[in-house]
Amino acid sequence: MIPPQFDYHAPGSLEEALALLGELDDAKVMSGGQSLLPMLKLRLATPANIVDIGRIPGLDSITESGGSLRIGALVTETALEENATVAERYPILLDTAKVIADPLVRNRATICGNVAHGDPANDHPATMLALRAQMVATGPKGERTIGVDDFFHGLFMTSLDPGEILTEIRIPAPGERSGGAYLKLERKVGDYAVAGVAVQLELDKNGKVTRAGIGLTNLGFAPIRASAAEKALTGATLLEQRGFKGAIARVRGIFSGGLDADEVIAAAAQAAADATDPVADRRGSVEYKRNMARVLTARAIRQALSRAGG
Amino acid sequence: MAPRTSAKICGMGHSMKRKEDPRFLQGKGNYIDDFTLPGMLWLDIVRSPIAYGKIVNIDTSKALEIDGVLAVLTGKDLEAYNLHWMPTLMSDTQMVLPTDTVMYQSQEVAGVIATSRYAAADGVAAVEVEYEPMKPVIDPFQALEDDAPVLRTDKEGQEDNRIWHWEAGDKEATDKIFDEADVVVREKMHVPRIHVASIETCGCLADFNPVEGHLTVYMTTQAPHAIRTVLALVAGHVGLSEEKIRVVSPDIGGGFGGKVPVYPGYVIAIAASVVLGKPVKWIEDRMENLQADSFARDYHMDAEVAADSSGRIRALRIKTLADHGYSDAQAAPSKFPAGLFSICTGSYDMENAYAEVDAVYTNKPPGGVAYRCSFRVTEAVHCLERIVDTLAHKVGKDPATLREENFIGKEAFPYQSPLGWEYDSGDYQAAMDKAKEMIGYDDLRREQAEKRARGELMGIGVCSFTEVLGAGPSKDFDILGIKMFDSAEVRVHPTGKAIARFGTKSQGQGHETTYAQIIAEELGLPAAHVQVEEGDTDTAPYGLGTYASRSTPTAGAAGAMAARKIRDKAAKIAAHLLEVSEDDLDWEPGTFSVKGAPDKSVSIQECAFAAYTNLPEGLEPGMEATNYYDPPNLTFPFGTYICVVDIDRGTGEVSVRRFVAVDDCGNIINPMIVQGQIHGGLTQGLGPALYEEIPYDEDGNNLAGSFMDYLVPTAVETPAWETGHTVTPSPHHPLGAKGVGESATVGAPPAIANAVVDALAHLGVTHMEIPIRPDRVWEVLREKGVAG
Repeated sequence: MIPPQFDYHAPGSLEEALALLGELDDAKVMSGGQSLLPMLKLRLATPANIVDIGRIPGLDSITESGGSLRIGALVTETALEENATVAERYPILLDTAKVIADPLVRNRATICGNVAHGDPANDHPATMLALRAQMVATGPKGERTIGVDDFFHGLFMTSLDPGEILTEIRIPAPGERSGGAYLKLERKVGDYAVAGVAVQLELDKNGKVTRAGIGLTNLGFAPIRASAAEKALTGATLLEQRGFKGAIARVRGIFSGGLDADEVIAAAAQAAADATDPVADRRGSVEYKRNMARVLTARAIRQALSRAGG
Repeated sequence: MAPRTSAKICGMGHSMKRKEDPRFLQGKGNYIDDFTLPGMLWLDIVRSPIAYGKIVNIDTSKALEIDGVLAVLTGKDLEAYNLHWMPTLMSDTQMVLPTDTVMYQSQEVAGVIATSRYAAADGVAAVEVEYEPMKPVIDPFQALEDDAPVLRTDKEGQEDNRIWHWEAGDKEATDKIFDEADVVVREKMHVPRIHVASIETCGCLADFNPVEGHLTVYMTTQAPHAIRTVLALVAGHVGLSEEKIRVVSPDIGGGFGGKVPVYPGYVIAIAASVVLGKPVKWIEDRMENLQADSFARDYHMDAEVAADSSGRIRALRIKTLADHGYSDAQAAPSKFPAGLFSICTGSYDMENAYAEVDAVYTNKPPGGVAYRCSFRVTEAVHCLERIVDTLAHKVGKDPATLREENFIGKEAFPYQSPLGWEYDSGDYQAAMDKAKEMIGYDDLRREQAEKRARGELMGIGVCSFTEVLGAGPSKDFDILGIKMFDSAEVRVHPTGKAIARFGTKSQGQGHETTYAQIIAEELGLPAAHVQVEEGDTDTAPYGLGTYASRSTPTAGAAGAMAARKIRDKAAKIAAHLLEVSEDDLDWEPGTFSVKGAPDKSVSIQECAFAAYTNLPEGLEPGMEATNYYDPPNLTFPFGTYICVVDIDRGTGEVSVRRFVAVDDCGNIINPMIVQGQIHGGLTQGLGPALYEEIPYDEDGNNLAGSFMDYLVPTAVETPAWETGHTVTPSPHHPLGAKGVGESATVGAPPAIANAVVDALAHLGVTHMEIPIRPDRVWEVLREKGVAG
């Protein structure tokens, strides 16, 4: 539990950090350090240099502007949890932050770090997939924006170049009738997910799903978008329909070749399970994990619907 | 029972706040890693990545090039002093460092000594060891097969992997009952390998003074005196005789049995200090602690119960395979290689019983320590309490009712159990009644029936355990020949304040408070004025230490007896001061008064002052007494636990909705501390029931070697425990008290397992192996066609 020797750099500005990354060999960026430090202590990571961006001013803000929520590189999970806009308008982010590790870790851990680490067991990547977030990478040549679908390549592999820093995550502001939820099955609190499912839905005024985002945690070598499940939901009307009007609507739906809400949700959940490629480990068998993807997807869809005012 | 003493005196029955807590809560405790000595060096340990193999070569040259690395000790270096092997407390042997073969993953292979913790770790990473791996024996059943390789080739005459065979009871008579019984039920069950996972890992600071030839070892040990004796026996030949060894056990962050054994790290640190003539500190990290220190449990049990058609239990038969890893390094009393497993007939009266245990070697870390369990009682109770439920379901009786119908009646005490114990006292029905009332048992059964009709899974689990603890009477109990008495030495100062020293060692149990209250009860001195000390072999009286819930039954009794000696002397002084005969005195805690003239009195403090200033003629000055207490019997606390679980049909998750624990530990010294002990014990029973396990793959890789996979429950997983108690005093303990520290760890796992099985019983499920993980439950739900 003692890390090997490394040189530690604490730049005071983004420019300085980028310059260091350019000139140092074998350098690793550290923000909150909550993934990197354990890897160092286990000697699983042995970088010669650590560039700690934690002291750079101006990277720790959460703002909603220009139609998106902008999360700076140094925004901690705790800051996200305590943010009123997030709590009110992006409950799925709050769900996600709350189930990461424990409060001590969340006081230091950053959202951008969680994403940039490229670990499919981390929770935010699935949520970012569901939210169709944009990743802002800053490098020596300036800023570029990477769509979340182009960001994750595999275990600890992302589109970030070695000289780049993930400086901001931009999340499109939700439409009027939208809602999301992140559900995580864990063996005990603070664990990595046995399975995690993020669902973000947007409905039109009739309750029809106009847009669905579903991301899956720790169910493959990279965070997974459950595209077929999203497709199964898109265009469907899933609102809980009660009473006479509901019955009429259901009958109409069925006559027009549609499925009822339960069936649509079950089909989407199964499609999400089919999109997974888990490995058997102490968290369970492949079979179990696939089924948990199915069960959690169905539950997350229902919760997202309810939050969307369904 | 109302306390006999005032709140000022704070004797038995008062929930006195713990005297040790201000320093613990303010971070002012003095744990092993808080010790620093001038010139101190650090030890870090190279460990084997493989489970079994030959050491071809150890190259230390790169390590020795690192700045600050002073030496690398290997088995060959220790062999020169004949210190490469050491005895275990079970008279088996264990390597300190290997000279040619490694026997389990994470075994100590070499020790790196350096001037800093960091340099030592870098040194460890730089030692190059070449191994020739061999196919390990991991499955204990495979270890018994004819073609299994013999692992302990170092032991003369060892021709297979068997360590010992133990049995108790009348086999023939038991078999006969089984042959003719109306009903026989059988379950195979495994109580898996788990780890104590105390918050503080193990460590020591060895300080050898080459001029004086004197060794001081500050170390995390639950039994400092025994360790000193073992050190003298092991290292006597290199000049370390017992008077030149001082073992100091400072504040300890949890022991639970895991800090009884002698680990190689301690010995390497001592050897390094002797070789280098400098203090050497060794502190384990968490992964070393989980991967190499003594494990607990790992009993594979095949249990059967014979009963008549109404469910009246007639006999019990258990065949057990015990996986001890590569050495029998548990810490059980010598005559009890399977611990007190023969308590397995529990709270039920039956005609006969037979239990046997075979212990085997495998390529896993050694141990078999009694993790918060009085020597294999957890295994015995789990086995019995599970199979009693199987019987209840088989004969169609409510599990609580079946238990009640089989209880040993309260009039039957002292009760002779078929396997040889004399239970001191008990009233099992009273604990059951209270538990059922507290939880609302009948209402819960109604709720369960309604939920079952709706397809919801809810279960109620009952466990009525009997514990056996307080080892123990010298006729039966010893460790390496040393009898398992314990001791107290009480000295009252002239101003009426006292110091009391004990042969035990608290690791969080609250001895500084409990023992002070015992002295307060007997002498009437305020407990606040009694300073309690333990753990330093230079000052404390000899004792066997704290484990197996033995402190109150042994050292606590010794404290009471020593205090009574002082009170007797104080009575003589009081008679002198009051100018009456001793026979004319009345005693109220803290005060002697003249019979019939209560206003003529002297306080115990005045007697203490007089003991140094104004003695009656012929009386020895001072006010001091020692007692070495050899208990006449063990104590047998008991209780009934009832647990309610709900099962998520979608995920298989088990949620413990309620848990009522009614304990009876005889007379209670400090109710708050007892409740704390129960809370902690229940949580440590919840762990193995639902979360904790150290499994190995077929190559002998530990699959739960860190807290990432060794799942100790947190406050989030832990339900709000509901506790209650009944009081059935021990007839032989001077205070009527019994031990309590382990009851809850023993009673909780079967209560939880029974609740889960109860939730699934209507589907034909009779048993679930612990830990009852969600994926295991889900597999069952799927098999039965009810998974959501």
